[in-house]
Amino acid sequence: MINLDRRSIQNFDWLTFALVLLMSLVGIMTIYSTTRPIGNEGVSLFYLKQSVWLAIAILALLVCVAFDYNWLLRISTHLYVIGLVALVLVLIIGTTGMGAKRWISMGPLNFQPSEFFRVIFIISIASYLSKMKGLIDFMDIVKAMALFLLIPFALIIKEPDLGSAMILFFIFVAVVFMRGVHKKALVIIIVVGLISGPFMGKIVWGQLKDYQKNRLIAFVKPEVDPSGIGYQIDQSKITIGSGRFFGKGYMKGTQGPFRFLPEKHTDFIFAVFAEEWGFLGCALILAAYLTLLMRGLDTAVKAKDTFGRLTAFSIVIMFLIYFVINVGMTVGMMPVVGVPLPFMSYGGTSLVANFAATGILINIRMRRFALFY
Amino acid sequence: MSSENLTKRIVISGYVIVIVFFVFFLRLWQIQVLEGKQYRQHSYSNRIKVLKIPAPRGIIYDRNGKALVKNGPFYSASLIPGAASEVDTAPLASLLGIDEDELISRLSADVPSFESIKLKEGLSMEEVAFIEARRSDFPGLIIETEVTRHYVYGEIGAHVVGYLGMPGPEKLEVYKNSGIPPDAFTGKWGIEALYDSELTGTPGKKVVEVDALGRQLKLVREEPPVRGEDIRISLDIELQREIEGAFDGKTGAAVALDVESGDILSLVSLPSFDPNLFSRGISASDWRALNENPYFPFLNRALQSQYPPGSVFKLVVAAAALEENILPDGFKVNCRGAIRHGRWTYKCWKRSGHGNVDIHKAIVESCDVFFYEVGRLLGIDKIAEYAERFGLGLPSGIEVVEEKTGFIPTTAWKENTLDQPWYIGETFHASIGQGYVLATPLQQALLVLAVANSGTVQKPSIRMKKEISDVLRRIVLKEETVETLKDGLRGVVNEKKGTAYWSARSNKYVLAGKTGTSQVIRLREEGKKNEEIEERFRDHAWFVSFAPYDDPKIAMSVFVEHGGHGSSAAAPIAKKAMEYYLDTYIEGSEQEGGKIINDKS
Repeated sequence: MINLDRRSIQNFDWLTFALVLLMSLVGIMTIYSTTRPIGNEGVSLFYLKQSVWLAIAILALLVCVAFDYNWLLRISTHLYVIGLVALVLVLIIGTTGMGAKRWISMGPLNFQPSEFFRVIFIISIASYLSKMKGLIDFMDIVKAMALFLLIPFALIIKEPDLGSAMILFFIFVAVVFMRGVHKKALVIIIVVGLISGPFMGKIVWGQLKDYQKNRLIAFVKPEVDPSGIGYQIDQSKITIGSGRFFGKGYMKGTQGPFRFLPEKHTDFIFAVFAEEWGFLGCALILAAYLTLLMRGLDTAVKAKDTFGRLTAFSIVIMFLIYFVINVGMTVGMMPVVGVPLPFMSYGGTSLVANFAATGILINIRMRRFALFY
Repeated sequence: MSSENLTKRIVISGYVIVIVFFVFFLRLWQIQVLEGKQYRQHSYSNRIKVLKIPAPRGIIYDRNGKALVKNGPFYSASLIPGAASEVDTAPLASLLGIDEDELISRLSADVPSFESIKLKEGLSMEEVAFIEARRSDFPGLIIETEVTRHYVYGEIGAHVVGYLGMPGPEKLEVYKNSGIPPDAFTGKWGIEALYDSELTGTPGKKVVEVDALGRQLKLVREEPPVRGEDIRISLDIELQREIEGAFDGKTGAAVALDVESGDILSLVSLPSFDPNLFSRGISASDWRALNENPYFPFLNRALQSQYPPGSVFKLVVAAAALEENILPDGFKVNCRGAIRHGRWTYKCWKRSGHGNVDIHKAIVESCDVFFYEVGRLLGIDKIAEYAERFGLGLPSGIEVVEEKTGFIPTTAWKENTLDQPWYIGETFHASIGQGYVLATPLQQALLVLAVANSGTVQKPSIRMKKEISDVLRRIVLKEETVETLKDGLRGVVNEKKGTAYWSARSNKYVLAGKTGTSQVIRLREEGKKNEEIEERFRDHAWFVSFAPYDDPKIAMSVFVEHGGHGSSAAAPIAKKAMEYYLDTYIEGSEQEGGKIINDKS
């Protein structure tokens, strides 16, 4: 199973690794700054916890690099079942935090199965689609949906974690289209989508909790603002904008430590970074993310087989969706959905999952030369 | 499937990603560079709070340096919504002893989460201790301490001292520019309102760094407040207390003036009210009770009520007759209890008549018939001219409240406004201070002061000044006129037949005065005594006086609403007040008094 030849090691994608490591370190720095004690508050240990998680995440990345990724193709069914079990477990024995059951407690660290499940989901759907021949038609899509999307989507919505569930859906759509769809199937999807859209919308809306509805209302009609979500967005924009071009300087941000910005070290970490580093810092971090994604697409193009391509592409799309929703939310272009910024937000499972996904990306790039057929 | 197609699609998605990033790039440029300045300002004002430090209000002292008002603590129970996740309204309402519905409605106030909502104001020390002990059960519940006014003498002198209340719209406009918080109480009445700007002072400022929960983390800058100026007023609060006590629950007014300076020593209007009710924010039921009181406690009767001056007015008629030289030497009128004019009879108050009456006896015994005759000789317009010289029908210029001016009729007035000729009978009525003639207690006091001070009247003032205030009027009177009037007033109190001999004569000082009765209903049932009549139909009682006779120090008017005869109802009050004042005055001058005693107890 372990398959590390010299050539593969030489082809290790140092750029990708360096980028995610850099982002994670910037993330820990920012967490440290924004959770620093003010007044007579006690010392906050978020940055230390995140550092421990980073170590685990690097290990996970190295593990995901060590084997030939095609092994994943073989165990994808097992992975999928294990993932589902974890999602069910979290509903039974999970701990509740912030109104949702998302975590399984494991001693000092909490594990969030839905964060990890998205990686398993990508592997499963990529392996399923890569085994098909030719363009896929409508029934194939329905089958894939039934097999891979429906159950996890329902389980995650139940937690409730609307953001994660929607992201699964988006990844599914992206990877299916990337795989190539018959024109006929495309037409059917559009028609079915148009007809069922309102019903689905109603069903989903009915499933939403009040705070989730309020977030959407606040985004569509900011003047209504049923629960002060507008306050969050306002404060996020103030935080980002107050950084101006050069930023207030590291450890000089005030919006986070003085608690004007909620969820400062998790969902709104980008705003905190923007406050201290300004437009200049933001441009650099944007460039880093863009480079990471482009490198991932390059990996997808160069991958030696369809499974590698689809997997690499899905991972890129996953990072992109998280990035767009998170940064879009902080700059006031998207509704408030509690989604972390990959690599930077505080949160262990997410970090480990993203590093594992990065490891798979590197793995695919390392083994892009089709030597061992 | 062809891998070229897949590559193509991947490349296209690469372009899409670049566009998405470009959009974010532009958005960040907009927020951070184009609008960054405003957002920076926002983040600053988020964190930096300017807290107003209220300036202690100036203290009001009486002429002897007694503090009439103090600044004391005022406690409220408040809640900081940001620090309370959920509020159990029922137990909180019972802790505070307020209605749960009221609590809920107060809690629904739209304030920033770190600012406090007042739940109950004006807590007693016991309530503070009670709530403090149970505060930990209610996160966010705090006791706020503010400063309020404590009126040391309560109802005594309340019309002069006044009270505080919430600022009206005009006041808020002033506050806006002066940095005074809009919820600061402002002077609403009396001295508190009149000298509000001096008493208020300048609030200080405390610039602090706060977090989103409103916790103050760091003091950035502090400007201490400037205390309001102290005000010393001319009132003698002990004299005021003496007079109010002497009224013994009756409704009325009294004005006591320092003859030489015109200082207002006392300004009594009864019933009064407790200004302390207002410093804690008056409750709806107290407010209603005051407003619905049939005796109108808010009316300052000393300045705002006008009544027929009664026989006090005879002083004006006598002065006019003497000045105009219309009375030949030895002029006497034979009073037989009434005079007849045409079909009408005009009675003297003494049915049996006074017999032969000269001007001295007429004043002393208050003979109506004498003044009917003198009035006939003078004519109403001449009387009116002299009344005006004495300030009747004219404002005195006092600023405490908007004063009434009283009224003096003339033939021209009657012809112009009532479109009727003046009848001689009306001159008779006017000559004894009935009918159309109206005067306020302050005007009556100024009238007797003018007599006591040989025609010179200083502007009545409520504030103590270093130098004597301006002259209000200097009435040119012959020496013998003044002598005749003063001697008459002395006789009223000190001669056996004087109308106030039994009720106002003092064995300590020579008092001088004049009684007056102003009729409430003209056609009273014959022969009934005042005591037998329902209170609201009883006559009003007047007594104006000065003392000591030789060297007048104090002049005053006493008015008792529906008191009956001036002699029995009003004169004893004046006597008591003047004896008290002269006692302390002499004591004070023996000790070289007038020093300010700094009353801090």
